[in-house]
Amino acid sequence: MAAQIIPSDSTPGAREARVVHFIDQALITFARDTQARYTQGLKDLQMKTRELFPGADRIQPQSPHGGDDRGFPPGSALEFSGLASAQQVQLLKAIERTEFFTLVRQHTIMGFFSDPKYGGNYNKVGWKLVGFEDKFAFEPPFGYYDRDYKGE
Amino acid sequence: MAKFNTRTEVDFVVVGVGAAGGIVASELASAGFRVVALEQGPYMHEKDFPFDELFYHNDELGITNTRRWPSTFRRTDQEKAVQADTVNYTRCVGGGTATYTGSSTRHHVNDFIEGSLWGSIAGTGLRDWPITYAELETYYVKAEWELGFSGLGGANPFEGPRSKPYPMPPLPIKSSGVLFERGAKKLGLHPFPMPLAILSQPYRGRRACIHCGFCSGFGCTVGARSSPAYSDIPVAEKTGRLEVRPNSYVREISTDKNGRVTGAVYFDERKREVFQRAKAVVLSANAYESPRLLLLSKSTRFPDGLANSNGMVGKYLMFGGGGSAEGIFEQPLNDYKSVRVTRLVEDFYASDPKRGFYGGGQIDGRWGSGGPLAYALGGALAPGSPRWGAGFKDALENFNHTMTSNIFSTSLPLETNNVTLDPELKDAWGVPAIRVTYKEHPDDLKTKAFLRERQLEILEAAGARTKWAGPVREARSGHYLGGCCMGNDPKTSVVDKFHRAHGVPNLFVVDGSNFVTIARNHPTCTIQALAYRASEHIVRMAKSGDLKTSH
Repeated sequence: MAAQIIPSDSTPGAREARVVHFIDQALITFARDTQARYTQGLKDLQMKTRELFPGADRIQPQSPHGGDDRGFPPGSALEFSGLASAQQVQLLKAIERTEFFTLVRQHTIMGFFSDPKYGGNYNKVGWKLVGFEDKFAFEPPFGYYDRDYKGE
Repeated sequence: MAKFNTRTEVDFVVVGVGAAGGIVASELASAGFRVVALEQGPYMHEKDFPFDELFYHNDELGITNTRRWPSTFRRTDQEKAVQADTVNYTRCVGGGTATYTGSSTRHHVNDFIEGSLWGSIAGTGLRDWPITYAELETYYVKAEWELGFSGLGGANPFEGPRSKPYPMPPLPIKSSGVLFERGAKKLGLHPFPMPLAILSQPYRGRRACIHCGFCSGFGCTVGARSSPAYSDIPVAEKTGRLEVRPNSYVREISTDKNGRVTGAVYFDERKREVFQRAKAVVLSANAYESPRLLLLSKSTRFPDGLANSNGMVGKYLMFGGGGSAEGIFEQPLNDYKSVRVTRLVEDFYASDPKRGFYGGGQIDGRWGSGGPLAYALGGALAPGSPRWGAGFKDALENFNHTMTSNIFSTSLPLETNNVTLDPELKDAWGVPAIRVTYKEHPDDLKTKAFLRERQLEILEAAGARTKWAGPVREARSGHYLGGCCMGNDPKTSVVDKFHRAHGVPNLFVVDGSNFVTIARNHPTCTIQALAYRASEHIVRMAKSGDLKTSH
């Protein structure tokens, strides 16, 4: 889900930022009271997958051990991750107004832009994408338009 | 620092150590009185503030928690109020000044005499203040020099008479300021540097701004943003007569059978109820909390709440009008750096009968978000931007190319806009929650629409390649003012021109609740000027034996 909310293309996305790692940590710290919503939301996601794509192949192993790269055994959870990208986008469009999608979107954004110490924004890819310098102290000039400012 | 026993009858209890309370408590202690200043929140210092957006988003400091301090909202008394995040302000020593933008323009001369100038407007409380700009001017100077404001006196052609310049020059202009100035000048307007309660150079042992960008909404890591918590209070604490008691949540002002206040009842940090005795009480809890506290302080003599025999407590709540417009520019502004706002215009400040409605306001050029997290979560992305996916990521890349223009506009005082106690909801201490009833006058909405057009014109003239402004919305929150209005007539006001509650000789209210009309600019520096003036008068009354203090 995170990889579709902030996709990887010519520039890094949620995957490179390790947003999923951020969410893992968040769910046992500041966002622990959303655990139940994640459990239910992911179940609903799989039901939606089967509803919209009844003929879709079951889990496409992404690791040599079978299952996806998070270690879930094949055929169990995360069939959503087995869909083609365009199918994933289609499904997420269908649920984009749900509370669960809103929650995951918010956590994805947090995982992309928060301080790397929280587990996401790996190598500051989020900050680099938007040109945010984490110096936390600056001197003028700050930007293009005030560079040559001569005064009132 | 002093430490008083709660059974000691100190001279003053000050409730709320924010923009006003921080000043009053300090001035009273410096004048020789023993003061206990009770603040519901903690006492934060520079080291408590990390450069961490998520930390603040999660309210790790616990200073804006609307679950522990819930409130309800309704538009009129015909509706049932529902829980909303209406009452949401910074709760710590310094109050709003610990995390605000610091915009510090003065009210204009005419802001104090709106009733005389415009005339009355049916159904509204548009009227004069009991004091004039001239009476307040030396106290504006005092606020600017004691707290430390940066600005350029005389640069604003619409400002009232000024007897002294600012103590230091304005902060360096940002790209948003350059573009705003460019656009405004093209239209024949008069942009000037925003005076800020932020040090542009070292001042009285305090450090200057380091342009870190973690400004409005964050605590200042170097103490450069001028809050009484950083300037007045530390000095006053050295007198040994001021005790700032944080984590002390006042729930009632107690009175004796003669109708004089005797002290304050508060919850300490372990939620135990404590009574601090005092010869006089100053309420500086803000325009939500001061009226609420009076309404909570019922007695046989004051069945409708302390100082509320005339039913005026809580009435005439005013939010001020707000509205944002955004522009995207070709080259990078990097406006996330440094302070929020460096330029504004007051060309549309005054009301103009030719417009066909009452009202006016201020328009500025600024950075409207916090850091990248706030930008991605918040409202500065172009309307119609995808909320996720490749298009969303593209929109995010406008982060460094964006600037915002904000307005501050008028709210007519309406008796039907008020603070009351919610009949059902209670906060985490079991105290009745604040219920806000608020619906703007149509002229307030017309004013916002008028200024919105002006914002878009300025952005266009500045060369924005894209620009937009959200639709004009009814205010459900804002800068909270009114509720314990100043006035000469005890039938229609809560405090007199010296901030003394009508009918309660040893009770004062000094904060944003005293505002009679809202003017068209950020209220804090006027609150602070009022606080310096009120302190002088309270000291005068105390020294002349009027309050039966020990001095």
